[in-house]
Amino acid sequence: MSGTSISPPSATREQPPILVAGPVAWLRNNLFNSWWSTAVTLALFYLVARGLIGFVDWGIIHAVWSVPADAKGQLDPQLCRDAKGVGACWAVIGDKWRFILFGRYPYDEQWRAAICIVLFIALFVVSAMRRFWRKELAYIWIATLVLIGVLMWGGVFGLEYVAQDTWGGLPMTLILATFGLALAFPLAVFVALGRRATTMPAVRWLCIVYVELIRGVPLISVLFMASVMFPLFMPVGLNPDKLLRAQLGIILFGAAYLAEVIRGGLQALPKGQYEAADALGLNYWQKMGQIILPQALRLVIPPMVNTFIGSFKDTSLVLIIGIFDLMTAGKVALAEPIWQGYSTEVYLVLALIYFIFCYSMSRYSRGLETEFSRSVRR
Amino acid sequence: MSGATTDPRMTSRAAPKRGIELSWSDPRLRAIFWQIVIIGGIAGIIWYLVFNTMRNLEVRRIATGFGFLDNLAGIPIGEHLIDYDPAVHTYARAIWVGVLNTMKVSVVGIVLSTILGTLIGIARLSKNWLLARLAAIYVETIRDIPVLLQLFFWYAIVQALPAPRQALRPIEGVILSNRGIKLPLLEWQPAHSWALAAFVLGWIGTASWARMARRRQEATGIRPAVWPAGLALMLGFPLLVWAALGAPFMLEMPVLRGFNFVGGMTVTPEYGALTIGLVIYTAAYTAEIVRSGILAVPTGQWEAAGALGLHPWSVMRLIVLPQALRVIIPPMTSTYLSLAKNSSLAVAIGYQDVVSITGTILNQTGQAVEGIAVIMAVYLTISLSISLFMNWYNARIALVER
Repeated sequence: MSGTSISPPSATREQPPILVAGPVAWLRNNLFNSWWSTAVTLALFYLVARGLIGFVDWGIIHAVWSVPADAKGQLDPQLCRDAKGVGACWAVIGDKWRFILFGRYPYDEQWRAAICIVLFIALFVVSAMRRFWRKELAYIWIATLVLIGVLMWGGVFGLEYVAQDTWGGLPMTLILATFGLALAFPLAVFVALGRRATTMPAVRWLCIVYVELIRGVPLISVLFMASVMFPLFMPVGLNPDKLLRAQLGIILFGAAYLAEVIRGGLQALPKGQYEAADALGLNYWQKMGQIILPQALRLVIPPMVNTFIGSFKDTSLVLIIGIFDLMTAGKVALAEPIWQGYSTEVYLVLALIYFIFCYSMSRYSRGLETEFSRSVRR
Repeated sequence: MSGATTDPRMTSRAAPKRGIELSWSDPRLRAIFWQIVIIGGIAGIIWYLVFNTMRNLEVRRIATGFGFLDNLAGIPIGEHLIDYDPAVHTYARAIWVGVLNTMKVSVVGIVLSTILGTLIGIARLSKNWLLARLAAIYVETIRDIPVLLQLFFWYAIVQALPAPRQALRPIEGVILSNRGIKLPLLEWQPAHSWALAAFVLGWIGTASWARMARRRQEATGIRPAVWPAGLALMLGFPLLVWAALGAPFMLEMPVLRGFNFVGGMTVTPEYGALTIGLVIYTAAYTAEIVRSGILAVPTGQWEAAGALGLHPWSVMRLIVLPQALRVIIPPMTSTYLSLAKNSSLAVAIGYQDVVSITGTILNQTGQAVEGIAVIMAVYLTISLSISLFMNWYNARIALVER
């Protein structure tokens, strides 16, 4: 005690005025800080409340969760028909969820497709962890994709062979998107490097034409090309599988977009890195493989995740050329006579599945972006 | 020091022009060699594909060339901006109808999504917490659901509207049914054309008045009010012309006759669903662009403008927006491009755009190569035109530094 004259804190510490801090002040500042703001708040509150009550009423209170089956096992959708307009018919999901998720994959083997979905998610999670950002990740990808192929096809290790044209649903969407990205990636790296190869004008122009041509046309036209023109490209009598053609189209399309993202990373790297690599006497491939690409690719991981989200959503377009992905499975489920007219329910479930995947990826990419910019800004 | 250093960077500052040495250590020679190898390889692959294609076409007895464009189309097309009759017109005209349908969706979609997106982007920056949260939820939800699914959703909703007899009539003359949206159509008369001409004249007059006002402001510091002149010239003058010609105003109302409507203007279910879907989807992206553009303007600019005593509206119009636009325009260009490209999803819900019509032709004639070439050429032209226009606009508003 050095004789300071600070009085001890009084027992009744004064609270800040209620209009300056606390929930009332927050409401005042953020919802009712002017007559205009108040009006907007009240109007929006009314609309949101009405919408939510309406949705709960339709989706939960008046919803039909299941319908009885008759003696022959046929479902009787009469309950749903009665509720049409006032309540949702979730019975369609209850009846069709396995079809929507797995398509026409043989019913008894669908556990394999389910494992594939889990493997895909595990692959994404592992790739998201920075601990695994090294060369070994490529081996993990190759191993997982091979394992997924084995599981889906079967025919070995006592697994029953499943023909490719019965694949469908969510595994198909994941296959198209993931294989598409994995195979587009090396192509994109070469195209991005080619576009910056100043000493080789012919190669540079080739890459520019490829990228701009693909980015100038819609994915549908590339898929159309894959489905009607690729068979003409092959030697007479050889007809590549429909899935393979669609996959090729997605790869060619995705690579052009990915190449632009990677080019952004190459450009963002300071010139000193290139010069230093030259000064060390490294040749072109040593320079790119050991100095430039490892840094440039790390830099563009967030935009690459965004490209992947885009291509994940875009795989739904294969519906148009008749590939059985998640979207097609939903549409086909709706084509069944007893479930016609309950499209809203099915579309909501499809939207939820797509949303969960895309939203978690975009949250991750944004988190990464802030982290990166923090380390750069410091 | 015999001057025998071979590295050109060490001997002279300007790179010497030397002939190419026939040695593997000359990088230029290596570059040429590799280019020949790569281009040769790709040309070989292309030659192989073309060779296969020719063989396949021969085997399948499919004609080649664009001669089929002059054949009779025979494809019924529901919506056409220009005169079209499948029994009379050719494939070329059918494709042109498709191109116009694509443009109809793209142009309307671009305009509406820009308006909606700007409003939502500004709403997301609002001080009102509820408004900002709702705008954020809109953007996050819409962006993470495939546009094709959204189109199906809207199409299902439009199709679930009641039949013409039980149609919804929210306002007199507006009829919502599963045959589409019916709107009243103004019966066009010469007086309307004159009023339109008067409006254009008034617009020119207002523009020159505004220019005069700016000059006056630069000379004297006092800005004459522009809005009264604008109001009088652009609104009053056309109204006066219209009134002088007898003020004709006749609306052609849609009426139920039999099982369908006649008269009025129709927005078909397909076009309606496609436009609604594309506008709502694209607006989410536009909103983010607008938001980041406004956020990119430093706070100091707002504060400095406020310190000068400018009205909040003037701060937005004169200080913030011109700076934000520079950030907004380039990404906006790619959003417009993707809207134009996404309009090709029309094929999934049965709106006959260029992809859908060319796809039908392709199935009828089997001429896949030509069909795909037509689709790609059309989209490349559209993409290029949008890019050129936006680049021109961008150059116009870009910051001119010294």
